[in-house]
Amino acid sequence: MALLSLQGATKSFGGLTAVNDLTLDVDAGSIISLIGPNGAGKSTVFNLITGIYTPTSGSIVFDGRSIGGLKPNAVASLGILRTFQNIRLFAHMTVLENVMVGRHTRMHAAPWDCAFRTPFARREEKSVEEAAMAMLDWIGLTRFATEWARNLPYGMQRRLEIARALASEPKLLLLDEPAAGTNPAEKVGLMKLVQAIRGRGVTVLLIEHDMKLVMGISDYVHVLDYGEEIAHGKPDAVRHDQRVIEAYLGKGA
Amino acid sequence: MDRRTTWLPFGLSRYTGRQVLVGAIIVVALALLPLLDSNASHISAVADAGYILLLAFGLNIIVGYTGLLALGFAAFFAIGAYTYAFVASPQFGLHWSFWIMLIVSAAVAAAFGVILGAPTLRLRGDYLAIVTLGFGEIVPQLFQNLDKWTGGPDGIAAVDQPTIGHYNFGFNPTPYYYLYFIVICICLILLANIRNSRLGRAWMAIREDELAAEHMGINTTTAKLLAFSMGAAFAGVAGVIYAAKLSTISPSGFDFNMSIMILAAIVLGGMGNLSGVLLGGGIIAMLNFLILPQASNWAHALGAKLNVAFLMSVDLTQYRFMLYGIILVLVMLFRPEGLIPSATVRAELREADKGAEAV
Repeated sequence: MALLSLQGATKSFGGLTAVNDLTLDVDAGSIISLIGPNGAGKSTVFNLITGIYTPTSGSIVFDGRSIGGLKPNAVASLGILRTFQNIRLFAHMTVLENVMVGRHTRMHAAPWDCAFRTPFARREEKSVEEAAMAMLDWIGLTRFATEWARNLPYGMQRRLEIARALASEPKLLLLDEPAAGTNPAEKVGLMKLVQAIRGRGVTVLLIEHDMKLVMGISDYVHVLDYGEEIAHGKPDAVRHDQRVIEAYLGKGA
Repeated sequence: MDRRTTWLPFGLSRYTGRQVLVGAIIVVALALLPLLDSNASHISAVADAGYILLLAFGLNIIVGYTGLLALGFAAFFAIGAYTYAFVASPQFGLHWSFWIMLIVSAAVAAAFGVILGAPTLRLRGDYLAIVTLGFGEIVPQLFQNLDKWTGGPDGIAAVDQPTIGHYNFGFNPTPYYYLYFIVICICLILLANIRNSRLGRAWMAIREDELAAEHMGINTTTAKLLAFSMGAAFAGVAGVIYAAKLSTISPSGFDFNMSIMILAAIVLGGMGNLSGVLLGGGIIAMLNFLILPQASNWAHALGAKLNVAFLMSVDLTQYRFMLYGIILVLVMLFRPEGLIPSATVRAELREADKGAEAV
C-alpha cells in the first residue's frame, strides 16, 4: 500500500481550479517528482497535503489515515514535513535552535516542565540537542551551529531547511524546489543529499524545475499543467512524452 | 559550550563564567542596598522598579518572544491588583491572605490572558495592536464605571498589607523591596528556563515565521494562548504587590500610559533578551521614580538661585512621557535592536568558547 495516496484531489478557488482530479501514489522508500511549468498547481498540491488548504473534493490518505483538511501542525505530527519554495527559516534563531524546533513533535515537555526545568525536561532537552547536533553533523552545518540562521549563505540555508524538516524523523519529506537559486556544484551536492535522505528511510516527494536533478534521482514523475496531470511515468518515458514537451516549450516545438 | 560553569544549578550553566560573575555581583549589591542606603524614599523608588520589571518580563513573553504586539498590557496589571483589593480590603469586608492571593491573582490574570488572547489569535501586526489597545482601554474603564463594586474613580482604599506571622509590612518600603527582589529572582529563573525550552523555541518560531512554525508541528493556537496567559500571570503578581505596597488602587494607575511605559522599557533594553529587559525596565523605572523627581528638585534649587520662575516651579515628572517618546525614537533610529541585542550576548559566548578551547 502506498504511504501517501491522493485520489481525485481537487482544489478550486472560486472559478479557478488550481488542481483538478489529481490521483497520485507515493510508495514508501521512493523518490517521486512533481514537475510542470510555473503556475501548474504543484505548490497547491503540497499545500493540500500539508493542510494549508482543504481539498474541494477527493481524498488524501497518509499511512492509512485520511488527512485532507487536517491542520498543518497535525499533519506534521503524523510525519509529513516540508521545505518551502522561498526559504522560511527562523531567521533570528540559531542554526541549532532551528533544528531543535524541527524536533518539536518528538518532544513531550509540558509548559510546567519547561518553566521548572524538571528532570524530565532536562533529559529531553539534552537528548534533543544531541539529536539536533547529530543532524547538523550529518548535513554538514556543525560549524554554523551557534550562528543566526539569517547569516548563512543561501545554499546553506536550503540545507538547513532540509535539516530542520528531517529533525523530527518524518516518514515523508516534501521538498519544494530545493535546487532553486543554487549553483551547479550545490546541485550535485543536493542530488546526493536527496538520495542520502532516502537512504535514511525517508520517502521524498519533490517539486523541482531542474530537469537534470529530477531525471537523475526520481523513481517516478508526475507532470502537471494548468492543474491537470498531463503525464506520469518513469523519468525516461516522461522526458519523451509529446504533451510534456508541448507544455514546456509550446506547440510546434 | 563553556565547561567552567557546568556545576551551577538552575540552568545557570548556560552562561559563561564572566556572565555569572557579573550577575552575582549585581544580585549581591541589590540584596545589600537597603543596608547601605537608609533613605526610605530611595528604597521605595527602587522597590517600585520591581513591578515595572515584572510587567516588562510578562510583556516580553508576548511581544519579545512570541512577536505579538500587544498594547493594552496594563489591563492584566489592573486585573491582578483589583483581584487582590476585592478580597483584602474593607470593600467587601474580606481579608484573604496576601501570600495565597499572590498565586490566585496570577491565575486569575492568566485566565483573562486566555480570554482576551483568544479573540486575537487570527490577528497580526497592526490589527492585533488595535484590538489589544481596545482591551487595555476597556478594562480600566470597567473598573471605573462598575463603581458599586470597584469604588469608581476613587478606587479601593485601605488594601491589606502583607504580614508574616505578627510582622506587618506596613508602609516601610524595605520588606517590599526584598519581596520584589525574591519574586524577580524566581521569575528570572523561570523565564530563562522557558527561553531555552520546547515552549520558548515554539514562541520564537511563531515570532519568526508563523506558517513555518505550524509546519514544524507547533500548535500555534495553544502556544499563543500560553504566551498571553503566562505574560498576564506576571502582570497579575505585579498587581498584587503594587496594590499591597500602595495600600490603595484606582483605575488611573492602569491606563494606556502604563502600557506604553512597559513597552518602552522592553524596546529600550532589547526585546526578547532577558538582560536587555532587565536593563530597559531598570532605566525606565529609575527615570520615573528616582531621577526625574530628583532632577525637579535640582531644577527648583537652580531656579531659586537664578531667580527664574519657570525653573522654580517646573515638575519634570510631568515630562516623562515626552522623555519616553524621545527615547523610543532615538532607540529606533540608532539601535533598533535595543541596548543589549541578543547578538551581542551571543558574540560574547562565542569568544568565551574560543577561550575555553585554547585552555
